[in-house]
Amino acid sequence: MTTRYNFAYLDEQTKRMIRRAVLKAVAVPGYQVPFGSREMPLSYGWGTGGVQVTASVIGPDDVLKVIDQGADDTTNAVSIRRFFARTTGVATTTSTEGATLIQTRHRIPETPLREGQILVLQVPIPEPLRWLEPREAETRKMHALEEYGVMYVRLYEDITRHGKVAQTYEYPVMVDGRYLMRPSPIPKFDNPKLDRSPALLLFGAGREKRIYAIPPWTRVKSLDFDDHPFEVEHWDRACDLCGAQGAFLDELIVDDKGGRLFICSDTDYCARRRPAGEPRPGA
Amino acid sequence: MPELSLAQIEQQLALAVDRVMTEGSLHDRELAALAVKQARGDLIEAIFLLRAYRTTLPRLGVSLPLDTAAMVVHRRVSAIFKDVPGGQILGPTFDYTHRLLDFELAAPGSLVAPAGVESGGEGDRGTAPLPRVMDLLDREGLIESEPPSEPGGQVGDLTREPLTFPARRDVRLQNLARGDEGFLLAMGYATQRGYGRNHPFAGEIRHGEVAVSLAPEELGFAVEIATISVTECQMVNQFKGSSTTPAQFTRGYGLVFGAAERKAMAMALVDRALRVRELGEEPASPTQDEEFVLSHSDSVEASGFVQHLKLPHYVDFQSELVLVRDLRAAHGTGAASAAPDGR
Repeated sequence: MTTRYNFAYLDEQTKRMIRRAVLKAVAVPGYQVPFGSREMPLSYGWGTGGVQVTASVIGPDDVLKVIDQGADDTTNAVSIRRFFARTTGVATTTSTEGATLIQTRHRIPETPLREGQILVLQVPIPEPLRWLEPREAETRKMHALEEYGVMYVRLYEDITRHGKVAQTYEYPVMVDGRYLMRPSPIPKFDNPKLDRSPALLLFGAGREKRIYAIPPWTRVKSLDFDDHPFEVEHWDRACDLCGAQGAFLDELIVDDKGGRLFICSDTDYCARRRPAGEPRPGA
Repeated sequence: MPELSLAQIEQQLALAVDRVMTEGSLHDRELAALAVKQARGDLIEAIFLLRAYRTTLPRLGVSLPLDTAAMVVHRRVSAIFKDVPGGQILGPTFDYTHRLLDFELAAPGSLVAPAGVESGGEGDRGTAPLPRVMDLLDREGLIESEPPSEPGGQVGDLTREPLTFPARRDVRLQNLARGDEGFLLAMGYATQRGYGRNHPFAGEIRHGEVAVSLAPEELGFAVEIATISVTECQMVNQFKGSSTTPAQFTRGYGLVFGAAERKAMAMALVDRALRVRELGEEPASPTQDEEFVLSHSDSVEASGFVQHLKLPHYVDFQSELVLVRDLRAAHGTGAASAAPDGR
């Protein structure tokens, strides 16, 4: 029982169906387009939405990069990169600049994206209003009526309780002044990179069967208040490996005495900043 | 140890194969057996394997509705009449077995008949149609009619089109047939314990072989393409009526591949619970909430999302750490010491 699969695993009919959903998503920025998500040979929740979007837009000339947590070497990133290398034979890379197509989970690369690139984000729960209203029938109505007051109330409640908005990832954004959107679980640190991005941003939620998009140069605003402007997390130190300031840092616990190392979550960015890839000793 | 053959799994673990076919939405005993073997007996994993294969197959056509009245019956029972036309046919079942471990099975070469199965003795009924008990009730107007859908009517397919709400009954039934048996069992059980109670009676349960026919457009007539094994459960439920319409029982329906009575019965209970809207009842329980039930019934979706928590989440967690340390520092009194040198 040996079976040969089509280029990028999905059959051409399915790819066409997904491309139609992607085109609709691009035409209506931030709107969640339902699509006939297929079962993939990877578990739901492990990037099946992103994989389907990538499979339907990838061509033989593409150069693919896959990251998870910003890193090219995390287990699921390696797994998905191998999946496409095996089913398409396309070239893969860890270089953000060298890639034409990047699939990611939880991060947007530190290296600025450029026009012509496509970033595919894996999405677990696409609906920004889901924790406020569990019913899909209701939330679709709320989007149709642009009824987003509850989200502002939720942010306001954070301010009254904690003195600031206590949302750190999947921080809600307004896309092109119309649709409230959940930017997948990227840290809010990456939200500013969504705004007027030169690259096309595609979001795929496989289990929830939704695709949405931010076309290049679209205005994307993180929700905030005049007296509580949106702010991102920052670290009062540089990367212990490359010395980068203002990059998203991962915290590594290195011993049981409180010793910690702070290093860039974007492994490609970090490696490029280090001379000849030599790691500098930790602080 | 000698390796298990697919034929051994197909025949000696036949009920596992049935479950994998049902929830895998693919009637192919050999592939289901292969999936069970590859998954080392983890049936949810086997279902996933079969689904991921099925999704690569083209959909060539839509069969005509199965005529379960024409089933070659191995087992058929009705709990609502002492006797029914065609009789009660006990057939293979665990129902009246005493659950004593059969130590003789431990010795090799002892397996002569399917373990724990008692035959009704009457054997198969042959091909003579066996009228469905529900049709007898229907003839008297005692139960709501279910007119056959118009010929050529579109049947929904969740594997091609995403689930939308409110969902039509055909789509709901497809979702339940693919749904996890354990989940449906718990939901069905909950309806019996008062969470969306619908007064069920097992009108009829039948298991046997049924022909699948296809009417290709270019042919203009139907041809039999296969015979498949199914279990059908029709529940008779809470009657309804009003000053303008006479009282009538309502229905719940379950249909699965192979011999899987537990699943078919649970499915029928949940189907009936989800019909609140169309029957004008007041939904009061999660079992009657189609978004709740249909969105969480699928084992492949549920298993994937629960287990994805194993994937690295350290970026989002770092964001949370930054925030919680900030909040603790702002809170004052010794909280600053909680922040390591990085903050």
